Amino acid sequence: MPALRTGSHPAVRHGLLSAQAGWESRADYERDGGYQPGLSGADLVAAVAASGLRGRGGAAFPVARKLATVAAQAGEKSVLVNGEEGEPASVKDRWLLRARPHLVIDGALRAAQAVGARTVCLYVSDATSAASLDAAIAELGAVPPATWPSAALPAAALPVELRVFRVEPSYVAGEETAAVNAVNGRPAKPSEKPPRPFEEGVRGLPTLVSNVESVANLPAISAGAAGAGQAFLMTLGGAVPRPGLYEVPFGIPLGELTEVLGGLAGPARGYVMGGYFAGLVNSRGHGLPLDYDALKAAGTGLGCGAVTVLGPGDCPVGAAALLLAYYGRENAGQCGSCFNGTAAMAGVAAALAHGEARAADIERLAGWTGFLPGRGACATLDGAVNVAASLLREFPGEVDAHQKRACAVCAATDFLTTDSPFALSPGSITPNVGATL
Amino acid sequence: MKIKLDRTICDGFGKCAEHAPAVFSLDEWGYASLERGLSADADLPPELEQPARRALLDCPVHAIIERRPSR
Repeated sequence: MPALRTGSHPAVRHGLLSAQAGWESRADYERDGGYQPGLSGADLVAAVAASGLRGRGGAAFPVARKLATVAAQAGEKSVLVNGEEGEPASVKDRWLLRARPHLVIDGALRAAQAVGARTVCLYVSDATSAASLDAAIAELGAVPPATWPSAALPAAALPVELRVFRVEPSYVAGEETAAVNAVNGRPAKPSEKPPRPFEEGVRGLPTLVSNVESVANLPAISAGAAGAGQAFLMTLGGAVPRPGLYEVPFGIPLGELTEVLGGLAGPARGYVMGGYFAGLVNSRGHGLPLDYDALKAAGTGLGCGAVTVLGPGDCPVGAAALLLAYYGRENAGQCGSCFNGTAAMAGVAAALAHGEARAADIERLAGWTGFLPGRGACATLDGAVNVAASLLREFPGEVDAHQKRACAVCAATDFLTTDSPFALSPGSITPNVGATL
Repeated sequence: MKIKLDRTICDGFGKCAEHAPAVFSLDEWGYASLERGLSADADLPPELEQPARRALLDCPVHAIIERRPSR
């Protein structure tokens, strides 16, 4: 696996990728303007609303609305910062936690102040992330509580109890109710909603569950920095010479980025969008702006910001078969429509990749993509449907051809693997901004 | 009346769709969801309350829960 790079688009200001090499200490972070006084409470919520910040875990829910909703609940509240990052093609949250723990903690403390929470749970599965957070919290703890974490935040917000919670990694463990369940001592599996965490979360308290990258945007927004929240972290993987973690402004066409950010090894055959969740797009993805609404209108999504490029050596049918097999394995095994539906869709996709599916199988697959959305307690089944539906929509020629016989790529693919397709590891990221783009 | 169907509990007995086919739909493996347009966040149409209650009482695994007004 090639080393992952990091880099920022020239238009990015007040980005989340640090300019320094290695782990950012409290002293480093404060020297760079961290833990400083800024907008708080309702003023911070208003600034977040003005920034347009949407949840970076994948659901893109407006962060200000979530903050305001939790803030409006009566009594004690809680914050859960979600760093589980279950999408295997995404590394951004683990990178932030490993390289810039104080940025995440600073954002989490501001979120806690804004909603009136006294407890913050930092929810992670990555051991290196947990160690980074532990080290950062130890640095904060060395300062007397009166100024802890600094004099920056209103005294009414302190003391805030910071706690790191580690969970076994899995696709579903990052779902917000799964996170709450895990912290509450139950299996890290999603629950049927309602109640949602803002009503009943950690220890039954109204809880703000927010993604690591979402809260990492709060310090710059709190400081009133121009451009804060206007870029996102994109994990770029697959058939590109320079896979990596790149910070890019919203709205730039995908094709422009894959050229700017590393060039393509060959013409892109397609893309896997939003980690696995938003499914496939064909080569038209080249012209699609990286924007939540534009991508949604195009039938796909930005999700957690991870994009995998499919090159000449990839087959979209084979990719869909591997992704659906993953959903078949990694779903929570709870909802019948999900464990049956993912297995059924994975079965047809595998048969198609092997050149053994017939028209009736493809009709059944199309039928499931129409009937199954929304039939699970969480969105896992919807993610699998996105993969299957997008295969049929974006690659009809390949689907037809595979009904006659498997292509050379599929014939050479091991579909029995239990590896996560297109997975990237933050372990191979150099923890600094290497590339100036 | 607001009801929630907990699909993590549903075992596919299908009694709900027998009693209240306008409230519950089954997939081809027999597992239920609320019919499209219905939600645990919204009151059922009055004419569906009675069949929904029968389904609730008859679900062998108690996957259907009546939602009480929140605190």
